[in-house]
Amino acid sequence: MGSRKLLLEKAHVPGIRGYDVYRREGGYRSVEKALKTMSPDQVTEEVKKSGLRGRGGAGFPTGMKWSFLAKPEGVPRYLVCNADESEPGTFKDRYLMEFLPHLLIEGLIVSSFALGSKSTYIYIRGEYAWIPDILEQAIAEAKNNGWLGKNILGTGFDCEIYVHRGAGAYICGEETALIESLEGKRGNPRIKPPFPAVKGVWDCPTVVNNVETLAAVVPIINEGGEAYSKIGVGKSTGTKLLSACGNINKPGVYEIDMTISVEEFIFSDEYCGGIPNGKRLKACIPGGSSVPILPANLLLKTAKGETRIMNYESLSDGGFAKGSMMGSGGFIVLDEDQCVVRNTLTLARFYRHESCGQCSPCREGTGWMEKILKNIEYGKGKSSDIDLLWDIQRKIEGNTICPLGDAAAWPVAAAIRHFRDEFEWHVANPIASQNRNFGLAHYADPLEVVPA
Amino acid sequence: MADEKKLFKVTIDNITIEVEPGTSILQAARKIGGDVAPPAMCYYTKLKGSGGKCRTCLVEVASGSTADPRPMPKLVASCRTNVMDGMVVKNITSEKVIDARNGVVEMLLINHPLDCPICDQAGECHLQDLSYEHGKEGTRYEFERRTFKKHDLGPYIQLHMTRCILCYRCVFTADQLTEKRVHGVLDRGDHSEIATYIEKSLENDFIGNIIDVCPVGALTDKTFRFKNRVWFLNPVDAHRDCSHPKCSGKVTLWYRGEEVFRVTARKDQWGEVEDWICNECRFEKKATADWTIEGPTKVNRHSVISQGHYVGVVRPQEALYDVMGGRAPRLLMDIHDVSEVNRPEIDLSKLERPAHSTDFESNGADRPTK
Repeated sequence: MGSRKLLLEKAHVPGIRGYDVYRREGGYRSVEKALKTMSPDQVTEEVKKSGLRGRGGAGFPTGMKWSFLAKPEGVPRYLVCNADESEPGTFKDRYLMEFLPHLLIEGLIVSSFALGSKSTYIYIRGEYAWIPDILEQAIAEAKNNGWLGKNILGTGFDCEIYVHRGAGAYICGEETALIESLEGKRGNPRIKPPFPAVKGVWDCPTVVNNVETLAAVVPIINEGGEAYSKIGVGKSTGTKLLSACGNINKPGVYEIDMTISVEEFIFSDEYCGGIPNGKRLKACIPGGSSVPILPANLLLKTAKGETRIMNYESLSDGGFAKGSMMGSGGFIVLDEDQCVVRNTLTLARFYRHESCGQCSPCREGTGWMEKILKNIEYGKGKSSDIDLLWDIQRKIEGNTICPLGDAAAWPVAAAIRHFRDEFEWHVANPIASQNRNFGLAHYADPLEVVPA
Repeated sequence: MADEKKLFKVTIDNITIEVEPGTSILQAARKIGGDVAPPAMCYYTKLKGSGGKCRTCLVEVASGSTADPRPMPKLVASCRTNVMDGMVVKNITSEKVIDARNGVVEMLLINHPLDCPICDQAGECHLQDLSYEHGKEGTRYEFERRTFKKHDLGPYIQLHMTRCILCYRCVFTADQLTEKRVHGVLDRGDHSEIATYIEKSLENDFIGNIIDVCPVGALTDKTFRFKNRVWFLNPVDAHRDCSHPKCSGKVTLWYRGEEVFRVTARKDQWGEVEDWICNECRFEKKATADWTIEGPTKVNRHSVISQGHYVGVVRPQEALYDVMGGRAPRLLMDIHDVSEVNRPEIDLSKLERPAHSTDFESNGADRPTK
């Protein structure tokens, strides 16, 4: 039984990228419904009821974020769509924007109406060089058909959407860095507070939301917040896009309703289709590169022995010691031939390269961790290096301006926490580690269940 | 008065004071003074938007306010966090803070060249003070330190990028004081650097102030380069009627004998410039005849600069008793129990003057007879 699709339902209809087909398939109904029959506050109320949580990584309730927006008289408010999807392993927004651009535009119009944003921006990462053209064409088509511009549908609501290309920096996915970059400055994160809801773009109240979050507003308005909240389980409502990659038979973007188990997601033919060449599962990073990596035994079952489900609560069950995070949905699978040390080095190199350099622990610490990991990976490590790495990540985490420091520290911390023997093996066997892998070891062995 | 302002009560390291709403934790702590004030490498009172970057001023907020007494989940940058009524802050009484600060200091030093012996900033360097207070004697960093391609910033200012801690103070100074900023931070992450885009010279009338705001030896005075060590110089306050409308003309002259080696703006006890001065006062007026002398500069007794300069030494306020709730620190060992290094009746740390050979007990033979 396949789970319900709300976002990608029409993704395979030929020509859905163009306006005519999209409209014929029921597109822009939510704009009609919202603008003609609802007040902005009612739209926000529906989003609140839906229980929709931010799809960019942090999982903050969207309706609540919207209700924090300051609304002083005479000051413009802005909605910014965060399309700076740069987390390694995450590519769900790209799929949405490339194949269903009108879904995003539709969600943006409704959300702009709810928030009172007359100028709405899509900040898209520079590496997605071909997508701004697709989006701009969709915006032009929407404008020609009266969905954008002045006095939309005769309701007196004006709205324009602008696409802004980033220059290719991971840090610009952080909302305040994105705002700085949008303003034409160096993309350094701002110090919070003040939060963007009070002082964002050009010091005006601003909401920054992920592409998928804003697209999800469309089914919420079409079907009602309540109906949406019934899909999924607990506080993980609605559907979530996952971009699966790594050692799996069918990498790609999948829409799930957050009720299926992790095991089913990896091994069923409907989703990832198992691991190629009969290899065994070793580890997985379930939510994009910055969330903690989990070994196979902790991935499929929680520390309490329950089946782990693909949703916010279940994936984070056990905290950082025994769990991980839903994150942005970048699902990276590692089979038994993969080296966790090498994987951690790759991630550390990424974070060193992408640190903005503004605050000292992240600027200096990320480079230091990369150098130590490089030594360990290439057979030059010492046993004291592992404790040193642990100490460095501990001193970065929580002590930086923005979450990039945490994002750089968590993968290293989790790798050492769960795969310490693999690190030790690298240090103890400098020559062997250059020629072969540590292998699966005991990482898939069932864990002793600790009674809660 | 009818509209008397309500003051906020804030407790920092067990000392409670009242400050105006809108005061940062750092400023409140500075009002208490002494060891309670967190170190600040990037924050600068006079520069709008500065602070929050170096993370040395991190403090623990044990209780947010009377209205919402929950603790803050993370350590916060005290320079950019405002006090709330009833807030309880832990600085040196928090192990978490000390641990994090040690970490930050270590991070700041791993790529620092530690070339203090040839650095003009030595003796008045905030990073030197900071590492002396919080640094470890050894380093755990075993890799080559970062280097940069050299940039020439013109005739007045010498840039040593390897020493820079990227506090952004000079960027804010140029933004807020000069007509046009021509330098900035290029590149990203651990290879970001202060430079001009395509070699330009920094020559604005007020650009010399970036030397004074630089907490380390990254930006130093080219006209003073390698001329003397600061602790051999005697600072003297002086002023002149500067024709530049924005220049205060209030400076410190740094003498050795009759010669003025350099001119700087006057700095307060936190090392921050009191009044900005123009390039002409700083770089061109190096004769006593140019100035009206006011008298010796007050120098903090902890500063190495006080070693050759005993007039006007300021004794910092001792906050330890207050921090410990009135209890005296425990004396772990009285040096006189085990050594006769100095005469027992003399407490070296309480001398108003430098220690003299007569204060020390040698083998007794050459001890001066009175």
